[in-house]
Amino acid sequence: MADERIVGIDLGTTNSLVAFMQGEHPVVIPGEDGVNLVPSVVAMTGADARSFVVGNSARKALVESPERVVYSVKRLMGRGIEDVHEELKLFPFRMAEDIGPGEVLRIKLGEQQFTPSEISAHILRQLKRNAERYFGAPVAKAVVTVPAYFNDAQRQATKDAGRMAGLEVLRLVNEPTAAALAYGLDRKKEGIVAVYDLGGGTFDISILKLQDGIFEVIATNGDTHLGGDDIDNLLIAIALDDIQGELGLDLRANAEAVQAIRKAVIEAKIALSTETTSRISVELPDGKKYQRELPREAFEQIIKPVIDRTKGPCRQALKDAQVTPEQIDEVVMVGGSTRIPAVRQLTDEVFHLAARGKKPHIELNPDEVVALGAAVQANILGGGSAATENMLLLDVTPLSLGIEALGGVVAKIIQRNSTIPASATEHFTTGVDGQTNVAIHVVQGEREMAKDCRSLARFDLKGIPPMSAGLPRIEVKFLIDANGILHVSAREQRSGQEAEIEVKPTYGLTDEQVESMILESFDYAEQDFAERQLIEARNEAETILTAVEKAPGNAAWQQLSEEERTQINMLADELRVLRETGERTAIQASTEALDKATRRFAELMMDAAVSSAIGGKTMDAAGENLGEAPTVPHPFAPAEIK
Amino acid sequence: MQIAEQQSVKTACWSCGADVSGPLCAACGKVQPATEQDYFAVFSLPRRLSLDTKVLEREFYRLSRRLHPDLYARTSELEQQWSTEQTSLVNDAYRALKDPIARTEYLLKLEGMAIGEETTGKKQQPPADLLEEVFELNMQLEEMRMGGDDPQLRSDLENAKKQFEAQLAQADADLAALWAKWDGALAEGDLTAQMASKEEMLALLDRRRYVRNLVRDVNAALDGQSGDAPTP
Repeated sequence: MADERIVGIDLGTTNSLVAFMQGEHPVVIPGEDGVNLVPSVVAMTGADARSFVVGNSARKALVESPERVVYSVKRLMGRGIEDVHEELKLFPFRMAEDIGPGEVLRIKLGEQQFTPSEISAHILRQLKRNAERYFGAPVAKAVVTVPAYFNDAQRQATKDAGRMAGLEVLRLVNEPTAAALAYGLDRKKEGIVAVYDLGGGTFDISILKLQDGIFEVIATNGDTHLGGDDIDNLLIAIALDDIQGELGLDLRANAEAVQAIRKAVIEAKIALSTETTSRISVELPDGKKYQRELPREAFEQIIKPVIDRTKGPCRQALKDAQVTPEQIDEVVMVGGSTRIPAVRQLTDEVFHLAARGKKPHIELNPDEVVALGAAVQANILGGGSAATENMLLLDVTPLSLGIEALGGVVAKIIQRNSTIPASATEHFTTGVDGQTNVAIHVVQGEREMAKDCRSLARFDLKGIPPMSAGLPRIEVKFLIDANGILHVSAREQRSGQEAEIEVKPTYGLTDEQVESMILESFDYAEQDFAERQLIEARNEAETILTAVEKAPGNAAWQQLSEEERTQINMLADELRVLRETGERTAIQASTEALDKATRRFAELMMDAAVSSAIGGKTMDAAGENLGEAPTVPHPFAPAEIK
Repeated sequence: MQIAEQQSVKTACWSCGADVSGPLCAACGKVQPATEQDYFAVFSLPRRLSLDTKVLEREFYRLSRRLHPDLYARTSELEQQWSTEQTSLVNDAYRALKDPIARTEYLLKLEGMAIGEETTGKKQQPPADLLEEVFELNMQLEEMRMGGDDPQLRSDLENAKKQFEAQLAQADADLAALWAKWDGALAEGDLTAQMASKEEMLALLDRRRYVRNLVRDVNAALDGQSGDAPTP
């Protein structure tokens, strides 16, 4: 078992990471470019569904061909078309037109359509490859993290993505819990810990009790629609309003322009974590420059409504855990958005930290801590080591599970914050003589009416022996497993033979569908690993060569010096030969050399693309439509437009 | 704590064939399929209602360390499934027993009593001795709902809240006394006394549930919300 490596993966809205336990410490495995964070961006590079790039290279394609690129796909995982109206106003997802309510979403990329799980599978596969490159050995098992507040369908979709990527997902771990594990490794602490996790798209709060190596989650709460993205969208709305007000120029439908503004506001936002003032600066389509001063004070006023929305879940979690803020011994900060000073101040206020001479924990990189914790859990599942000896995680289900009873009322069968695995048994019968089917509607949520909860599944109990109405006694067992995923089994007890009842869920992907979506390149999982690496190296060579062949058609090519161009052509010729006949290492070295030589060209091209995009090209298809985003009242001085 | 009424049935271990009576085989250590057990039996406890929750927690942790699915990630699919079922049984049992009210309700159900369903949405009748207070409270709540949020009304409601919270605390104290009665009758095997204490507990739980709902309604009115649980 020692050589079987189980990795920990943080599949994030904005960035994803893979980590593993090296000796006594979890470490993040960097990508090929040496960077730990892999942007959760997927781009289709060829016409067929097989050539994809992920991460920074996909992000580059975002400017050139946004219709072939997807980011923030985590927002769509396990959701139906009826759930994502708000998302579609703010994010440039291009949905297939013919998706019915309750069906799995399909996103258009070029001419093709993909489910969110398939897109996520590409990210997972990239992380798997990064790990395999690092180990020089195959990786087939992983622990993957999800927001604590993810519902059953979102968890199932994440697990499906793993399978499509050729990874057996041994466990889904809640992100805040994973963070607690990462922190708990170094400090053999006891006490009550709150984990405040504000990421790009989701917010979670978990309260844990640490005792003798047991990490017992006692309450969790959150909001799966709250994160740094919301802050960005507010700032973008302000910039768009300014530009429209001053220049009468409505850029809302111009995806490239909005993309450029998004980039600029994010930079300004990040700068404000360390500076007291920053500046949003964007080149506009008409050649003018939009600039505005953004003092931290004004920024904090703007984002207050967003970050204040984290208070309610915190208070509810404290209440559910039956603890007061004073009983919280430590607060752990997770997620990039916790770098914002106002967010730190808010946690101080909610948990009365400074007043008690305490500070929130920010020692571990908030972008990496979840992946590190996933690696710790992977180590525990793999049999543990000295570092994780005696560590055991007891997590909870974030939402109550219920069934729709007469009149649309919800009968709760498993309460939120129940330790998982958890189960409940219910009995059903028939209402009509000879009835052989009974439909059960399972919902997740805290509201009293089924229509106000998240519909999880409609199960059809089939094959009930025909009997008089009310006579069958069907026992249905609901079991939430350690991943937070629901399993339902049923049997009829009256007919004497305890007939097994077929349980058919009517949501998500079927096993067969998942099977058919397993990424094709995994056909050679059985093949020699070296051969697979060679194929990958050739594919990478192919990608860069294609780009170089197209280069002379680009204006940026003319900006290169004669020497630079000669150098690129020479290296490309060399790679072309090696690609057909060379060894893997030779191909990789040559690819790397060509990549290095073309780096300046790529930069020039991107700059040009940004300005030309803003130069009035109209966006095809859905575009990044900010929809009915309200005009944001803000405390700014007027912008400068030069 | 003494072990009594343990309901486990002896079967043969699926792996080594030795006799097993718990979740794990004593001979080879393999996890066994979960058997139907009541929650007290899961923790090898008699059906007594006074119990030390610290001891219960320690036992919960001890069982979790042996049965949790995290420890079975490398075993066969069947063993993983059994570990999940065994752990869910331990979790379900711990959840029911650690909470005084849930524990009492569970015992009464186990003893064949019908517990008032909370989920039917039916309005309960107020306890006779509270009729007057409840009538007055409902008037005040109605006034509050009509928008009459004046300081006098608010302070009346605050007072009512205090009064009903005191009722709730009294009910909890009374319940603890009934536990002692049940535990005593159980130890002596006095079936008549057992029946009597069960009836008393049932009545007390009904009353308590009624008062708790009143407190919840008053709190909701004071917070300016409807009585519904918070939206996730």
